[in-house]
Amino acid sequence: MKILAVCGMGFGSSMMLKMTIEKILKEKGITADVETADFTTASSIFADIIFTNEEFAKQLEGGRVKVVSVKNIADANEVRAGLESVLNT
Amino acid sequence: MNRRVLEKQAILLDVTAKDWEHAVRICGEILVKTGKVDPTYVDAMIRNIHELGPYILIAPGVAMPHARPEDGVIQEGISVVVLKEEVAFKPGKEFKVLIGLAALNSESHIDILQKIAEVICKEDSIERLENATGYEEILHLFNEKEE
Repeated sequence: MKILAVCGMGFGSSMMLKMTIEKILKEKGITADVETADFTTASSIFADIIFTNEEFAKQLEGGRVKVVSVKNIADANEVRAGLESVLNT
Repeated sequence: MNRRVLEKQAILLDVTAKDWEHAVRICGEILVKTGKVDPTYVDAMIRNIHELGPYILIAPGVAMPHARPEDGVIQEGISVVVLKEEVAFKPGKEFKVLIGLAALNSESHIDILQKIAEVICKEDSIERLENATGYEEILHLFNEKEE
């Protein structure tokens, strides 16, 4: 499984989001690749799940990839709930 | 690792800003004053928001303006600005706290990001930031160890 954390430049908030996602994956015992990307290149990178903010989520939705929008990128509960929601669909 | 993420000269409280751009500029000017970035970096912070939208809202009420290392970072560091009254990127995208980030590359700034994440992952510490009355409280939040 490949997860992409997306933000404006691909190294600030997406890196923080990646840390939160990795924490949850570890907690749940799930193995996945987590990478960061900036918004402009995100749509050309293959991924199973994209985590990003509300703004970018709206623009990235609609394709084959599952998009999770996150309000607080460091909130483990929010990221956990987001991950569970896409894994159960 | 004993490096301090935040120094007291990089904190401004009770700041009045007329709009988001003004607030981001104040936050960036601190990084210029503390020798972390060139003035070009501040322009890049603002330009990025114009181009990419309010993606720097990292938690409800908290913005983390930043640009790329090549936009003029001299040294890594952060600045913290707490506004008197919140401003908005657009309706529904308000913020009262700004954490200005100067990062050199994706490997070495992970410690700083980790620290910011530790602070904003708890709602009560966002409230403490928003309501801080002295810089000591903010220094404490960023420099305290997570148990």
